Amino acid sequence: MRGFLLNRLSQSLVLLLIVSVIGFVVLNLIPGGPLAQFGLDPSMTQDDLNRLKEQLGLNRPLWIQYMDWAWRLVQGDWGHSFRDGAPVLDVIGRHLVATLLLMGSSTVIAIAIGTWIGIRGATHRYSVFDYLATVGAMVALSIPTFWFGLVGIYVFSLRLGWLPAGNMYTIGDGSALNYLHHLIMPSIVLALVHVAIWSRYMRTATLDVISQEFVKTARAKGLSERRILMKHVVGNALLPMITLAGMQLPSVLTGALVTETVFTWPGMGRLFLDSLGYSDYPVVMGLLMFSAILVVLCNLIADIVVAIIDPRIRLS
Amino acid sequence: MVAGTEAVSGEDAALSVRGLTVDLPKGMERTHAVENISFDLKRGQILCIIGESGSGKSVTANTIMGLLPKLIPVSSGAIHLDGTAIIGAPAKKLRGLRGRIVSMIFQDPLSALNPLMTVGEQITEVLTAHGVGTKASRRNRAIELLTEVGLPDPELMYYQYPFRLSGGQRQRVMIAMALALEPTVLIADEPTTALDVTTQAQILKLIRDIQRRKGMSVMFITHDFGVVAEIADSVVVMEKGRVVEQGTAEQVLKSPTHPYTQRLIAAVPHLTGKDRAVQEKASNETILKVEGLSKTYRSGSALFGSQRIVPAVKDVSFELAAGRTLGVVGESGSGKSSLGRLLIKLQDSDGGRILFEGRDIAKLSESEFRPLRPRIQMIFQDPFASLNPRSTIGQILTVGPVAHGMPYAQAREEARGLLAHVGLDAGAFGRYPHEFSGGQRQRIGIARALMFKPKLLIADEAVSALDVSIQAQILKLLDQIQRETGVSMIFITHDLRVASQICDEIAVMQKGRIVEHGPPSQIFLNPQSAYTRELVAAIPGERPKDTQPIAVNS
Repeated sequence: MRGFLLNRLSQSLVLLLIVSVIGFVVLNLIPGGPLAQFGLDPSMTQDDLNRLKEQLGLNRPLWIQYMDWAWRLVQGDWGHSFRDGAPVLDVIGRHLVATLLLMGSSTVIAIAIGTWIGIRGATHRYSVFDYLATVGAMVALSIPTFWFGLVGIYVFSLRLGWLPAGNMYTIGDGSALNYLHHLIMPSIVLALVHVAIWSRYMRTATLDVISQEFVKTARAKGLSERRILMKHVVGNALLPMITLAGMQLPSVLTGALVTETVFTWPGMGRLFLDSLGYSDYPVVMGLLMFSAILVVLCNLIADIVVAIIDPRIRLS
Repeated sequence: MVAGTEAVSGEDAALSVRGLTVDLPKGMERTHAVENISFDLKRGQILCIIGESGSGKSVTANTIMGLLPKLIPVSSGAIHLDGTAIIGAPAKKLRGLRGRIVSMIFQDPLSALNPLMTVGEQITEVLTAHGVGTKASRRNRAIELLTEVGLPDPELMYYQYPFRLSGGQRQRVMIAMALALEPTVLIADEPTTALDVTTQAQILKLIRDIQRRKGMSVMFITHDFGVVAEIADSVVVMEKGRVVEQGTAEQVLKSPTHPYTQRLIAAVPHLTGKDRAVQEKASNETILKVEGLSKTYRSGSALFGSQRIVPAVKDVSFELAAGRTLGVVGESGSGKSSLGRLLIKLQDSDGGRILFEGRDIAKLSESEFRPLRPRIQMIFQDPFASLNPRSTIGQILTVGPVAHGMPYAQAREEARGLLAHVGLDAGAFGRYPHEFSGGQRQRIGIARALMFKPKLLIADEAVSALDVSIQAQILKLLDQIQRETGVSMIFITHDLRVASQICDEIAVMQKGRIVEHGPPSQIFLNPQSAYTRELVAAIPGERPKDTQPIAVNS
């Protein structure tokens, strides 16, 4: 188990290194660069630009810039935003809670509903429910998230007026209920596609387990169908799903980016778009590294959870 | 509605089946899974139901358990279990019977236990499901059962997960589970088929002992007449969903009346203490000489100290003359399949030499070995998995030789010739593997290997997946091919009886080493090593002449 953890951890570090190099290089290959916006300003002379470049250390060779950036990163200094000079970690921190709230609530919705649909679809295979779930999943998978968002806003905000069309809270009202009210629509919209994915995988996993010999053994013991399902089927079917949850995280993160834009949700997704627009490289790189660490960490946690639950891995 | 007799034959039948017919869905090769079958399982007896694959024996067992899939309904007949009619009984009532009045053990102990639950949990679950005992008493009962089935250290075993146990131990756990509520009837569906022969002997003895001690009635499903001879009181022979013969074990085994039973019994491979007649084409020229061959598997990472080292083949040496057959016999994990893979260089060896026609092939790189590959060919175990389902038989046969430079027209002609040779219609050339039965596919596998005109054939459990009657045909075919082509053969098998049919010499492997090597007469009649003696003694239904039966240790 210790060897397994060390192994996974070292793999993760290598992965982060690769992500940071690719991110850094690609970002600097994009034409324009961080000072392009000043080029439009007639009051800036070439001398001013050069001085600015020197100040920000942008005149050094790329690999030195990378080494410098990476070394500071490891020490906890993620650099400063080009826009307002605030430390990158602070900028990310200000937007983090909003995004985690959105991702967390939609993941809970996706797992809870997806698992239920998947299991029911498997136990009632080829029933009306199963067909409807299949068609529903296909629809949810093939329609883009932003479209759901816009339709949701049109129906529930503009027409019915039940839910707010955007933002995280009403200014001047910081109650939990108000936050919750604002959270409902974006988290459901973000969850939709993941409910679809989760339910399809869960259905397959459940069908796999149901056809296993040990389920027949359980029937031969005279167990009730309910107990067979809860005790023998669901546990075994959820095992591969834990890994799936870890792997789905990047897609939830991407989805959050779109959803946050549609619902003007003040999270990391919007920060990312804004920072790209301003060529605020330190923040963009910071966000890239932060999400990479998040994804790697969640995959690692998923593996550890599987190892803890599955005695075959835990004890060997 | 009910065919056959209405009356349950009194108190002495623990299980009685009358006129049972179970339909198959439309479009299958026959309309009934089982058709109008009747038999009784007398109290305190072991009834063996024997038949080849597709005979309907497992469907019968599942019907009695009430575990038939909804797709195949019972259309008529009656089943009385301990006096209770179970056909048409409500699901809840049936569930109350399962595990309490009738329990079942299955063929594959590796998949029959839930990997996420401890052995103890899975046993106490039976008691909980039927509302028996308190938490403490259930635990005590489970430990008592684990002791009864002869598992070591029951207190510890209670907390073990199934993956920690060997196949035999898992089957003991299954038996403990089935015995938890002392059922009247125990149904065992091929419970020893997936086990090694020595483990099989132990499990058979355990079932028989427990059956005697508790006066239980056992319905034992098998395809192996050796097992029948070992434990049956009475026998039901099934063919294609019908009962063709039934009677006491003595009657059926000694004087079978139905032609199918006679054929089946005749096809059972027996241990022959006789050595094989020397082939005309055999010579004294050595084709293969193996010296000190070794292979060790390493898994995990040496860097993080989690490495597992498994020595699979240790210092193996033997010689094989042209036109002769060497049997490599051993139980699972003995290294016999690893040896086969080393010889055909599907894996590289760690040490030792493989002299094929005088040239050491162990050292050769993949590209250096490629020109020699056609000369060493393999026949695989699973005729269903080893043929590409998307290729026609013609493509399967010709792709290899064409890749090695044979013109396609010639390859096609040879393929057609070989198909006829292995007993298949030339029309097979354009058809796909799924259109053939298991035995036919194995013939295709043999034809595929022969396309290269090999000098050495390695057959890894080539007949193990086949029914006995098919097995006998394939063995005959291999024998005939060797006589005609003078090919040498290495025949890897777990089944000593099969090995004794076809091999000139036999090497017995245990834990990666050859522990005994000699002609069949020595191996079976006068084994030199203790392990060989144990193996020979464990063969079900065999009492070789001139040898004292050796007590099976449990």
